[in-house]
Amino acid sequence: MIEFLQQLINGLSQGAIYALIALGYTMVFGVLRFINFAHGDIYMLGAFAGFYTAPKLLSLTGGGPSYGGAALVLVAAMALCAAAGVIIERLCYRPLRAQPRLTVLIAAIGVSLFLENGGQFFFGADPQAFPEIIADSAIELPASWGEFASLTLTIGQLIVIGSTIVLLAALRTIVKYTRTGMAMRALSLNPLAASLMGVNTDAVISFTFAIGSALAGAAGILTSIQQPSIDPLMGINAGLKAFVAAVLGGIGNIPGAALGGVIIGVLEALVVGYINPTYRDPLVFAVLILVLLFKPSGLLGKAEREKV
Amino acid sequence: MKKPKTLLLIAIALCAAASFFTGGINPYYYDILITIGINIILAVSLNLVTGYTGQFSLGHAGFMAVGAYSSAWMTLTFGFVLGTSLPATGGVYLIALFGGGLAAAAAGLLVGVPSLRLRGDYLAIVTLGFSEIIKGVIQNAEPLGAQRGLGGMVQHTNFFWTYAVVALAIYGILTLVHSTYGSGFLAVRDDEIAAEAMGINTTKYKVLAFVIGAFLAGVAGGLYAHFKQFIHPEGFNFLKSVDIVVMVILGGMGSTAGVCLAAVILTILPEFLRTVSDYTWLPGPVRDLAENRMILYSLLLIILMLTRPQGLFGKMAFIRGKKS
Repeated sequence: MIEFLQQLINGLSQGAIYALIALGYTMVFGVLRFINFAHGDIYMLGAFAGFYTAPKLLSLTGGGPSYGGAALVLVAAMALCAAAGVIIERLCYRPLRAQPRLTVLIAAIGVSLFLENGGQFFFGADPQAFPEIIADSAIELPASWGEFASLTLTIGQLIVIGSTIVLLAALRTIVKYTRTGMAMRALSLNPLAASLMGVNTDAVISFTFAIGSALAGAAGILTSIQQPSIDPLMGINAGLKAFVAAVLGGIGNIPGAALGGVIIGVLEALVVGYINPTYRDPLVFAVLILVLLFKPSGLLGKAEREKV
Repeated sequence: MKKPKTLLLIAIALCAAASFFTGGINPYYYDILITIGINIILAVSLNLVTGYTGQFSLGHAGFMAVGAYSSAWMTLTFGFVLGTSLPATGGVYLIALFGGGLAAAAAGLLVGVPSLRLRGDYLAIVTLGFSEIIKGVIQNAEPLGAQRGLGGMVQHTNFFWTYAVVALAIYGILTLVHSTYGSGFLAVRDDEIAAEAMGINTTKYKVLAFVIGAFLAGVAGGLYAHFKQFIHPEGFNFLKSVDIVVMVILGGMGSTAGVCLAAVILTILPEFLRTVSDYTWLPGPVRDLAENRMILYSLLLIILMLTRPQGLFGKMAFIRGKKS
């Protein structure tokens, strides 16, 4: 029981990361109907943005690890990733918008490979140690909790889960209660009708890429707090898992992406804890295939009919 | 192509004749020559799936892995059943090549069936997922060497067998897609809904394309395993699949000649770039960039999609389809 709870906690903090990345996939799919293959690599860029800005930003707030400094690093990484996302959309996806989806998909794979290999070229291929921006340590649980006191819960895990909840709430506010959010929803319902109603589609698509990429950047920083070893290929695996999470929740559906991320994270932790760590990646893909076979619209998504 | 069968026989005879002269070739060039052959088989087979049938697959290396591992396992287990003479072990090798192809074809059937319900992006991810699952299974299979890799195969693959398979693969695919029966593949690619409305069993064609493509990839894997004499699960990862996809896209989807040419170019290019990185008179960054062929590949993909999405030699029935 204790072990199960422990795996649940580990899974939840990993799932929060997947959820943040999955949101980017699902939002871009919502407005453009295509899978941004390069999204996982934006997450990698986020981690490296933190890696390079952290020493400067931490010295602004006194030098050592601190919450204020960590927040600055988080914001900086989010801003840099948002810019990267917007630039990629502008240069590589916008000119192809009228082309068949396959062309865009191949271009996206090209962007993804470019970021991975360019990352190896510019950042170095070897894993780097992410600077300590928050003093991470296990929290002492009160002895009065009985056997539950033996659970390991770290500050890092709490911060990851807490920040994810805050970011999700912020995203929900933007999508539900702002004009831009309304435009995003309109665009995902019917792009042509939205543009006829005066929605500036280009601006809204750029905004969607900015938000999605910022969330991926935040995920990059939050991961690095827990696992301070970053490398240019870290985005491949995380990106694929997050994509599975987005499909599981119903691609195009924002709460679904968050739910899917948590489910995948917990499932992974359980496989690692109870079966065999090497089955972790195959299992996630098996989930993907099962979902696509039996419920292609995902847990919360609506089925779409192909129109002739 | 008036007499394709004669052409095939001539091609195989040429391979046999040429194989008498390969003994003296510098081992480095011989290695490149065989790799070119294997890559042509892989690219041509993926072209049937992606170029002719329009099903984007990112898991071709997975089928290659199935073929490589099952044929290697067969020759390692049954290699000396018929005796230790060269004809005996060679016979087992040929059976193993075929068996590896069949195993990969079975895997192709497994991937093809779910593909009925998916298209485009989803199919790409599912095939990628399948190849990751295959890799995961191999990494956990003790009889296949798990994460240590599998070695000890006898080097049976030579110039003749490689290029005989190349000739057979090109012949088989060209005659198939140019037959009346084979126009179903093109119909599925050009407009699936219209094809279905005309009474074409689109599902059957898609699965068939997957199975044939996987079979050829499996044979290519068998050739590879018995040439390198050592295979490792990481040799069949996502990047290997991307390599094959780049060949098909660069060559032009649905153009067998273009794809063959692209396979040749993309096999030689990294070797050429490696020599470029030895030219000390070039500025450092240029040499570094030349060493990292994947950066060039990725830029090539992006620029190609932006400027010439049909590939260098593509005929472009592919893009003519619906927009959106």
